[in-house]
Amino acid sequence: MAIDSKVVARAAHLARLRVDDSETAELSARLNDILGMVDQLQQADVDQVEPLAHPLEVSQPLRDDRVTEPDVRDKVLPLAPASEDGCFLVPRVIE
Amino acid sequence: MHDKTLTELKAGLNAGDFSSRELTEHFLDRIKRHDGELNSFITVTEEQALRQADAADQAIAAGDHRLLTGLPIAHKDIFCTEGVRTSCGSRMLDNFIAPYTATAVEKMATEGAVMLGKTNMDEFAMGSSNETSFYGPVKNPWDTERVPGGSSGGAAAGLAARLAPGATGTDTGGSIRQPAALNGVTGLKPTYGRVSRWGMIAFASSLDQAGPLGLSAADCALMLQAMAGHDEKDSTCLNEPVDDYLGALDQSVDGLKIGVPEEFFPDNLDGAIADNAREAMRELEKQGAKLIKLSLPSIKLSVPAYYVIAPAEASSNLSRFDGVRFGYRCEDPKDLEDLYKRSRSEGFGAEVKRRILVGTYALSAGYYDAYYKRAQKVRRLIRDDFSRAFKDVDVIMGPTSPETAFKLGAKADDPVNMYMADVFTIAVNLAGLPALSMPSGFINGLPAGTQVIGNYFQEGRILNVAHRYQMATDWHQQAPGGFA
Repeated sequence: MAIDSKVVARAAHLARLRVDDSETAELSARLNDILGMVDQLQQADVDQVEPLAHPLEVSQPLRDDRVTEPDVRDKVLPLAPASEDGCFLVPRVIE
Repeated sequence: MHDKTLTELKAGLNAGDFSSRELTEHFLDRIKRHDGELNSFITVTEEQALRQADAADQAIAAGDHRLLTGLPIAHKDIFCTEGVRTSCGSRMLDNFIAPYTATAVEKMATEGAVMLGKTNMDEFAMGSSNETSFYGPVKNPWDTERVPGGSSGGAAAGLAARLAPGATGTDTGGSIRQPAALNGVTGLKPTYGRVSRWGMIAFASSLDQAGPLGLSAADCALMLQAMAGHDEKDSTCLNEPVDDYLGALDQSVDGLKIGVPEEFFPDNLDGAIADNAREAMRELEKQGAKLIKLSLPSIKLSVPAYYVIAPAEASSNLSRFDGVRFGYRCEDPKDLEDLYKRSRSEGFGAEVKRRILVGTYALSAGYYDAYYKRAQKVRRLIRDDFSRAFKDVDVIMGPTSPETAFKLGAKADDPVNMYMADVFTIAVNLAGLPALSMPSGFINGLPAGTQVIGNYFQEGRILNVAHRYQMATDWHQQAPGGFA
């Protein structure tokens, strides 16, 4: 299907990206180019084919349920754009 | 010193011909003199490099010779390095000082490697020309009006100009092999899961793999020997023994069966590129290898399958960049949603945003089956094509890239055209196979590369094939002029 400005706006909202009106036309055109190329996938006869997520089809190994991570709060928190009292700081969400 | 391979430099260090400090200072000096022209480094870690070099000299004096002791290496800026900015080529991480070190880098450091700095790259490894970097494009040392390829463009260009004797890269759809080809160096993407992805900033987690770029196959074998191996911190890193890559280099290729897929030589392929790859295979034929024609019919769908799977995984992976915990945050957000949206829109560049949007769309309700699930089914067809082929042949060969280095800006506004730069490399990532690109000559003064693909865990075999080729040719020894 063709991508129009409504579809771009919806995907942008889902991805938490701000897309200005001035960018929408160009972006829709490029996304249509990309999805047009991707539409070649519709040619493939895959009705009897299972999806493949890992090339070697290995399953995730399980490890013992024990604490391995040290407390790294003081190492990680200084990387935050804003923090206070050992917590990440964001704009007020509850009035 | 800078025209020597890592293998030669290692011998020189161990023989006491020069110290690691002298060697490291030599390359730091070359970076200072020449990188203004190329822009292959984002960060040069001079102090740390000299500290590591001094430690290496002490180790050598004490008789402690490890795989990479005292050898300077440049790391792609996608690998977290503790205490050093790790930007991933993005404004989003311009202020990010990594709090830990990636396993691949750590393993090389444990083997004595000296880190020269962090190399430039396409933003979040999304690109084939190194033009999407927040830090500006890298120039190709063979012609500075041309791109170095991408996304490991800084690694390949810096290596080709002899600003570093060895480098790391990552390859999600061709990001080691394509720049290696365009700069006339050797680059290897290992089997998916051979090298730990821990501490390597994620783009498309089912495709991403780290590997070495070097001046020769032997140098890549040396670096891979240090990088490879199980890591319990990456649950996709396979717990398989690491082969003796260095020991396998000299094996004969007499009787080697080389598969030549017709899909790697399509009718519309540039004749000079096709001839170049055929000439490389003829050289191996002279050494006793047999060429066997074959077909991989589904790989014609590898670019479309990749441009669903990779953006879908990227849209999920890059959701962590939210302006809250680390990285870029916009000024004066009016509420939390504004904080997320503006931080991400201002922090990411155009190509990254396009891919996030494509991925988000492909995964959104109502489209998942038509795009993501279908792409994963096609992925199985592609994997099965290779598995069938490897019942009859030992390696598969063809051109790495459909063209030599193109002009800066030539494809910057045309993403789909840019995506075709990886038409011969992407299928390998979808199948999870190991593959390398080796220099195989020049077309109008620009390097061309030939790809050698192996079966799972056959890194030793493809390095051996490239090494035998390099014993008989000197393409890999050619260096661009102007960087004396």
